[in-house]
Amino acid sequence: MSAIAWIDAALRGARPQAMAALLRNFRDLDLAEEAFQEACLRALKNWPAQGPPRDPAAWLIFVGRNAALDGVRRRRSERALPPEEVLSNLEDAESSLVEELDDATYRDDILRLLFVCCSPELPATQQIALALRIVCGLSVTQIARAFLVGESAIEQRITRAKSRVAGAEVPFEPPGAVERAERLAAVATVIYLMFNEGYSATGGTAHVRASLCEEAIRLSRLLVRLFPGEPEILGLMALLLLQHSRTSARLDSDGAIVLLEDQSRELWDRDLIAEGTALLDKAVRHRRPGTYQVQAAIAAIHSRAARAGDTDWAEIEALYAALERLDPSPVVTLNRAVAVSKVRGAEAALEMVEALAKDLSGYFYFFGVRGALLLQLGRGDEARVAFDRALALANSAAEAAHIRTQIDRLMKSSH
Amino acid sequence: MLYAILCYDSEAAVGSWTKEQDAAAIAKLDVVQEKLTREGRLGPVVRLMPTTAATTLRKGKDTIVLDGPFAETKEALLGFFIVDCASLDQAVETAKDLGRASSSSGSYEIRPLRLFRPGSLAT
Repeated sequence: MSAIAWIDAALRGARPQAMAALLRNFRDLDLAEEAFQEACLRALKNWPAQGPPRDPAAWLIFVGRNAALDGVRRRRSERALPPEEVLSNLEDAESSLVEELDDATYRDDILRLLFVCCSPELPATQQIALALRIVCGLSVTQIARAFLVGESAIEQRITRAKSRVAGAEVPFEPPGAVERAERLAAVATVIYLMFNEGYSATGGTAHVRASLCEEAIRLSRLLVRLFPGEPEILGLMALLLLQHSRTSARLDSDGAIVLLEDQSRELWDRDLIAEGTALLDKAVRHRRPGTYQVQAAIAAIHSRAARAGDTDWAEIEALYAALERLDPSPVVTLNRAVAVSKVRGAEAALEMVEALAKDLSGYFYFFGVRGALLLQLGRGDEARVAFDRALALANSAAEAAHIRTQIDRLMKSSH
Repeated sequence: MLYAILCYDSEAAVGSWTKEQDAAAIAKLDVVQEKLTREGRLGPVVRLMPTTAATTLRKGKDTIVLDGPFAETKEALLGFFIVDCASLDQAVETAKDLGRASSSSGSYEIRPLRLFRPGSLAT
């Protein structure tokens, strides 16, 4: 791994902890963000020469806090704090810092931040957009994609949320058990969307995306510890582990997308599958089904099939139908249509897909599925139209390349 | 005498290793285990999943099944080796060998076995 890639990963990984601690310190979102940015700049300057600090988050918190305080002091023409070059080697300063910021503090800090963002004074959409921006560091473009809405709408949500948090002086204290439970669903959604952003490959390097997924898994593990008896939280973590198990099979050596049925299953991470399955088993015992558990169950069915042909598509269709009842959405129906195409054929699936045309007119995956179904039915011209539309909506080079391959195949077969 | 070498470490620290770091750590320990195997001294070796995957059954008239317990302390039981040793001294030496090959901090608890049934699992 190159130094810059390593630093990039370390900064991203440390972000939630560092932001949370800085926020606790300054009680101001903008000031905390500025302090974090400043600390990142200094890390980029110092780490390549001095080597990585033992605990990047602690370093960033310390330096970010000093940088912000330094700014205040300078304005008051007071004496500056010692420069951080002295600090990065440091046994003494760092070890006490590490102690101070032990696991328990980190956990509460992250939670505090996630739960502050998910404060009920804010509408749900604002809560989640704010948390994705502040905690996860996603860009407005990435968040807009997650919500299937325009960027200006997201920009507005975040601005409004920030000013409301500042204006309402939302306390940055760890919320009590009741408040935590009330805000849990929103926090789980943030973690889920954060993982999806890492998983679905918009922008950034593969490396950065993997670290987003890993951070989401780490946060889900913290949530499981804090809400041990909550089957949906177990389900969420199971889902993330099962999805993440396929990471190294999802792109080929050229970075092109490999569809689930074409993936080489020896590349799937058996440890993650085993842990995900164990967590799902624990969740299901509670007999309180929910969307994350159902999605995890779908992922688990794929994991169980030794070959793509062994996949129990009937069970997957049943699970998507359950998901439609729990949380109806056109995207879920689209996924069920894919299962239907395997069980009852492309015609039945296409009928379902056509009904979604209005809702999903801006959705890459919709046109990809539609094109593939039309192709199966030998309706090449219509398939071409769908693929062209998908190409225009592709979110990444890999998605676009995948559609182009489909089109090339189509052109070859028609000549 | 058979000894269990119980591995305690911070679950958070070991859990934050990347796949590559984890594989490298296991490979280093494998070298010591191969030596013990050649000497005919290595029994079962177990690595446990994180405590988030744990379930507890409280015994009693009415059994209770609970999620967890999750490691709240800095160190949790992560796995163990069963090793045949002539003496406690040898057991300590073996643990030291493993410790030198270990990539984490934490501690090994060396406990003599009172009963050992190898079981009938085919692995």
